[in-house]
Amino acid sequence: MDKLIEILSDLHPDIDFESEDGLVDNGILDSLDIVTLITEINDKFDVSIPAEEIIPENFNSVQALFALIEKLDEE
Amino acid sequence: MYYTNILEYLEATAPRCPDKTAFSDGVDYMSFSELYASSRAIGSFLCERGYYREPVVVLMNKHPSAIATFLGSIYAGCFYVCLDAEMPERRAQLIFESIKPRVVIYDKKNRHRAEKLPDSFEKVLYDDIVNYPENTHALAGVRARQLDTDPIYIVFTSGSTGIPKGVAACHRSVIDYTETLCEAVGFDENTVFANQTPLYFDAPLKEIMPTLKFGATAYFVPKQLFMFPVKLCEYLNEHRINTVCWVVSALVMISSLGALEKTPPKYLTKICFGSEVFPLAQYKKWREAYPNAEFFNLYGPTEATGMSCYWRADRELSDGEPIPVGRPFRNTEILLIGEDKKQVADGEVGEIYIRGTCVTLGYFRNKEKTDEAFVQNPLNDAYPELVYKTGDLGRYNSHGELVFVSRKDSQIKHMGHRIELGEIEAASLTCEDIRQSCCVYDDENKKIVMFYTGEAEETEIFKYMRGLLPKYMLPARCIKLPQMPLTPNGKLDRKGMREEAKALNI
Repeated sequence: MDKLIEILSDLHPDIDFESEDGLVDNGILDSLDIVTLITEINDKFDVSIPAEEIIPENFNSVQALFALIEKLDEE
Repeated sequence: MYYTNILEYLEATAPRCPDKTAFSDGVDYMSFSELYASSRAIGSFLCERGYYREPVVVLMNKHPSAIATFLGSIYAGCFYVCLDAEMPERRAQLIFESIKPRVVIYDKKNRHRAEKLPDSFEKVLYDDIVNYPENTHALAGVRARQLDTDPIYIVFTSGSTGIPKGVAACHRSVIDYTETLCEAVGFDENTVFANQTPLYFDAPLKEIMPTLKFGATAYFVPKQLFMFPVKLCEYLNEHRINTVCWVVSALVMISSLGALEKTPPKYLTKICFGSEVFPLAQYKKWREAYPNAEFFNLYGPTEATGMSCYWRADRELSDGEPIPVGRPFRNTEILLIGEDKKQVADGEVGEIYIRGTCVTLGYFRNKEKTDEAFVQNPLNDAYPELVYKTGDLGRYNSHGELVFVSRKDSQIKHMGHRIELGEIEAASLTCEDIRQSCCVYDDENKKIVMFYTGEAEETEIFKYMRGLLPKYMLPARCIKLPQMPLTPNGKLDRKGMREEAKALNI
């Protein structure tokens, strides 16, 4: 989880990612952020996020995103 | 037909296909007859209130009603200025100061923004005027005095001094644009557009004008979909979109995240792109996915009515070859001018000057900046002839196609937006705790990086700058230095800092 927060903090140093649960709904992440995030997650966690998992529900909070990574890691 | 007013497109199309959808956001649909009636109602209201030959600010979301408001302003003999509903207050304020509008039209979603504006001008809710009784006599009176050299819109671009510049364009330029773009790319009444670019630019004219001319249909895609490629592709399929004119990053988002394989947009036949360099690997993915579609690279500045050149992808590119910007549209000429103000030799790099009806009227209430960029044709000393000096460097390749080389100054293209790095610096320097700042663009990682000196901390700077600049202009990182690196001449060492930013690999 810390590794993920680090990636996100690099994108938006002024956001408290541990408590924010509206990363998409509140317009914090934009399309470039999503592309960067997916590339970084691919590099640092060695999982590739398939297109059908790139949906708002999976990107709204650190917890949701981390759960997705864990799920993909198990598969 | 010889057009002298862009409203003639609507007036010819509305009786021909009254019930067809002109514009939609996927939720609300506006037919050509509704668009015609709404535009004339808004025009009648503005006329009766005495607004004439002046800016009408449109503070509305991307929605068919915004188009009716644009056209309504033109019916009244005024010109529209669309402000992004998400525009930071400071930037909106600078724009208001520069155009000094007397009237603002807003929609319900922007009520709170409209209320925050000063009371020095009239604020009108769209819903209150969209059914205003048509004053046929007043509209005819305006039309009788309207010339094709009268402005129809002002679009704001980034300015290096920190003050955005408003480009004013007239009927004639937009008609020239519409006719020659449609001819080159080949739109028709069966075209179904998915618009991506915000309405406060000139870029959406690519969808708006052919839609009015042919009776085509344009969908305004919700912005959030551009983060979620599968949902975006499903939207394109649901509405049977066959034509997209998008910034490169929007296309790349689809191809790089695997959506072309997962949910390929089924109906695409024309794919236009521009504003940025297309990474070759992603470009190839698109070409392979759509072997029968036509691809066009479009190039042009706002000051020459948005699009000046096009390249039809009708040949394979060799490795490392940049995608050309091709050749000018009919009735536009490109001049490549060297330091000596003469045309450069074949194959050599020169500054791109644009000549033709496409050259806009200039920067609104800004004679100084207008005179710098809208200049006498350096190749003509016989009679007055203004051409637009782009600040872009170009050259011709061995196929005789124009190729973009780089910018002459500190202006960059980032996420499809034209940005003066100086504007970001100017904004940052209004922060009390920043002494000096320098913004550079790491073109490999596509990141804006700001170096600065002063007491301010990075998070504090972000919070501060968010209130001043649109999101796409915010630096990816702000890096504090004990002192700014200087060149031997004592100027900021921009080149050194750009290298430093690249080395940091943000």
